[in-house]
Amino acid sequence: MKKEYLKIDKVIGPLIEISEVDDVFYGEVVDIVDIDTGSIKKGKVIKIEEKNVIIQVFQNTAGLAAGNSIIKFTGEAFNLPMSLDLQGRIFNGVGEPIDNGSAIFSAIEANINGRPINPMSREYPRNFIQTGISSIDTLATLIRGQKLPIFSGNGLPHNELAAQIVKQAQLGENTGEVFGVVFAAIGVKHDDEKFFRKSFSEANIMDHVVMFVNYADDPIAERITTPRCALTAAEYLAFEKNMHILVVMTDMTSYCEALREISSAREEVPSRKGYPGYMYSDLASLYERAGMLKDRKGSITFLPILTMPNDDITHPIPDLTGYITEGQIVLGRDLFQRSIYPPVAVLPSLSRLMKDGIGEGFTREDHADVTNQLFASYSKVQEVRALSQIIGEEDLSQTDKKYMAFGRAFEAEFLNQGFDESRNMIESLDLGWQLLSLLPLTELDRLSPENIEKYFSQES
Amino acid sequence: MVASKINKEIGIISAINGPVIKGKNMSSFKMREMVTVGEKQLIGEVIVLEGDIGTVQVYEETEGLKTGEVIIPTGRPLSLKLGPGLLKNMFDGIQRPLKKIQEISPVYIPEGIGLMSIDEKKLWDTTITAKLGDVLAEGNIFGLVQETEVIQNRLMVPPNVSGTVVEVVKNGLYTIEAVLVKIQDEKKEIKELKMAQEWPVRTPRPNAYRRETLVPLITGQRVIDIFFPIAKGGTAAIPGGFGTGKTMTQHQLAKWSDADIIVYIGCGERGNEMTEVIEEFPKLLDPQSGKSIMERTVLIANTSNMPVAAREASIYTGVTIAEYYRDMGYAVALMADSTSRWAEALREISGRLEEMPAEEGYPAYLPSRIAEFYERAGSVETLGGGEGSITIIGAVSPAGGDFSEPVTENTKRFVNVFLALDKNLAYARHYPAINWLESYSGYIKILSDWYEDNVAEDCIELRNKMLELLYEENKLLEMVMLVGEDVLPDDQRWILEIAKIIKVGYLQQNAYNKEDTYVPLEKQYAMLKSIEYLYEKGREGLKLGIPTSQLKDIDIFNQFIKMKYTIPNDDLGGIDRLKDDIDRFYDKLLKKYVD
Repeated sequence: MKKEYLKIDKVIGPLIEISEVDDVFYGEVVDIVDIDTGSIKKGKVIKIEEKNVIIQVFQNTAGLAAGNSIIKFTGEAFNLPMSLDLQGRIFNGVGEPIDNGSAIFSAIEANINGRPINPMSREYPRNFIQTGISSIDTLATLIRGQKLPIFSGNGLPHNELAAQIVKQAQLGENTGEVFGVVFAAIGVKHDDEKFFRKSFSEANIMDHVVMFVNYADDPIAERITTPRCALTAAEYLAFEKNMHILVVMTDMTSYCEALREISSAREEVPSRKGYPGYMYSDLASLYERAGMLKDRKGSITFLPILTMPNDDITHPIPDLTGYITEGQIVLGRDLFQRSIYPPVAVLPSLSRLMKDGIGEGFTREDHADVTNQLFASYSKVQEVRALSQIIGEEDLSQTDKKYMAFGRAFEAEFLNQGFDESRNMIESLDLGWQLLSLLPLTELDRLSPENIEKYFSQES
Repeated sequence: MVASKINKEIGIISAINGPVIKGKNMSSFKMREMVTVGEKQLIGEVIVLEGDIGTVQVYEETEGLKTGEVIIPTGRPLSLKLGPGLLKNMFDGIQRPLKKIQEISPVYIPEGIGLMSIDEKKLWDTTITAKLGDVLAEGNIFGLVQETEVIQNRLMVPPNVSGTVVEVVKNGLYTIEAVLVKIQDEKKEIKELKMAQEWPVRTPRPNAYRRETLVPLITGQRVIDIFFPIAKGGTAAIPGGFGTGKTMTQHQLAKWSDADIIVYIGCGERGNEMTEVIEEFPKLLDPQSGKSIMERTVLIANTSNMPVAAREASIYTGVTIAEYYRDMGYAVALMADSTSRWAEALREISGRLEEMPAEEGYPAYLPSRIAEFYERAGSVETLGGGEGSITIIGAVSPAGGDFSEPVTENTKRFVNVFLALDKNLAYARHYPAINWLESYSGYIKILSDWYEDNVAEDCIELRNKMLELLYEENKLLEMVMLVGEDVLPDDQRWILEIAKIIKVGYLQQNAYNKEDTYVPLEKQYAMLKSIEYLYEKGREGLKLGIPTSQLKDIDIFNQFIKMKYTIPNDDLGGIDRLKDDIDRFYDKLLKKYVD
């Protein structure tokens, strides 16, 4: 029988400290039972010093007092029961059902922290996922098993974009592969969660969605466990049940802020902007759980969404994320304000894995050329625009005027597409060629002669 | 309870804080001693000793540890086993082979699997070169093993050991632990020499003396070899924000550098990148040996989600392995991607020790640790009398892409080549995104003799001239941004045209193109020389008052942009033909104007 403790020494934010504790282990889960109501809060041991123990409480610590609770050490790490029945269910951030359904029972339990995947066991991701969105498919191709975040800003349509990707993504319907979505909402508004739930049911996939929800007004310590619960479910479904799982997670910014709040409660030495020095490792322990394995059929494709504070891509949250993930899709406010949907800011967007998943045998042999040329030309458009701001468009050279026209057409026809419009890869590539033909051939230095011969047709 | 086991040599865990634990009863422990922690026997290292209390950093996940569990000393510092079997292999931060870990646990890396190292059972075909009565000093070679197809492992007498050979085995098949030679030292003590030797990772291996670095590391990358060369035995840093292509550049260097041995450390980076290396490297052929580049490569992988303390160790593990091969007389190139993650590991451990932070939470000893690491590079005369070198190329991941942060700033002080990656170049898909205005190489002067003797008399001169042109272009572009290109005089517009060729046709290099991914120096020089030729031809025309628009022949310009693809690396005839085309075009044009 494990000992129970009655006296809390200290409560600081989400942390409580108790003393004279024996026989607990680092990471042990704790139940904190309210003496009056019998309600249980969960916590976890995060520091042991002699007989003093610091516990991070996942629920609200309001109401806790020195003597009104019983603290029970469970002797277990944070494990979740795993089963195919997770699908179609909604849980809170510590994995308890909040959809009035019954609890999940299973002999299989998994530690929510996971363990690092051995790089020898990984399968290098190579198969592209067609999202039906031209800017993503052509310029930042999503690969099955990739972690590709959406860097957005407050008020930008990142939720719509994520929902559109979930709806249109062809993850494997033709070969009898099973597809599923794990959705983690971290500190989101009730409206946002409703929006996703509605999109999932409109796409008729609700039976294949596992949801873990922590609302904006839920306790912040629970935000630390929400993504871990979700990824543990994803690992089970992908690697034990051979499913192709798309993990959508929003909003990573709330997660990082929770991390900062707890760190400051622990009086740790902060690094940039008050975020803890271990934030890189901590984020990596989430993002690196995506991927594919050599001897398993399933995959985890990971689409985290984060809102860049003040639209600043150098802020620690997008910065550290960008260093871990395999590229990023960046949304731009100026495009959004010009009513271009999806407002994908092309130049800073990138998919690191696309190089091995496009071209002959995957998409089409001209894909890499088209991508490079569109990037190079659109980057030149930015220079020409800056110049035209100063000298006026009238005084631009003939070539530069063509760049202006190309830039406008690229944004209006290529980037811009409907929320319900799905374009296949070939359509997107052809559209790219069509736009490039607005430029003189001499400006197109990234295209190979063979591809020009085959695909280029200049309008006279 | 484990407390009953208490005796003098065993520590008892008293505090646990992530990867840092404290123990009591540790007065007999030594600083930097390797220990095993708890019932699972996690591997750790003593990093602070204060009276009876010791602090240990643990190289594995500490979840599940309890106070009261034991800390057992091993009696030696964190050490590596150095011997044949390192090459073609991938290790974690403390030299445990990931392949073997996979055999124990197929997918995830569990904790508590203990220490392991290079294969102790494998039999190596060994030739003993030492003979009875030979006097062997430290670093002398007593035997040879063909470790891979291209690399011969030279079995060395370990540092601090010497004597007269009193016993040798016959040539044949032996394991790394078999005694091959016995020697008797001055005190008449017998020492056994085996294939493998152990060395503590934090102590640099000794050498006879440092030599000057006079030979470049040829990488096949134009912007590096011609514009910002790295000397063999030198140091270089590649800083860049995310998405600027640090890893890509490091991979290119690991693939194509003309070093004998490559040690590649994936330090706190993505798992898939290491997987890519394992899949891709065996298929690529080394331009020097014609054999797979994996035959000369050692990989160290501590991915970003592996325990942070082992990340701190991975850098030292890598550089110690590099020194081992250097001591055999090889030229070793070490790539560390990324040193910022290593610095962050230092910061994390330092924070848990509650040390007083200096800049941005980094410990005050960050600069000295960076210096110690880069100073392990160098070209040396080995103890055995050979020549060996280590070139260190470290990637740096500055927070927010800002080069004024502590890791970049301090790295800059201790490296001689700085290859600054530029976000805007990366956005325009100009790869490698090495900014020619911000980058520098401190080796130009000492390498210039080599370039003159081995490439061309005017190679460095040509490089300087072209670099100047790019500086000039930068100034002009600032002006163009204000007034437009049309108002510039013709000679300045001609500079813009030529600079564009240098940028697109020369500095940009396509890692995915078979011809362009590695370019021999001869072609690198010839390409640049032909661009200069075009530049000078145009200037002749300018003197006659021919406008830039007339001087720019689209066909010739296109040939320049594409020459990296169209002219094969082993047949430079195309460059002469291009010069003929230039002559024909300009002779005709000039003639028209003279008439």
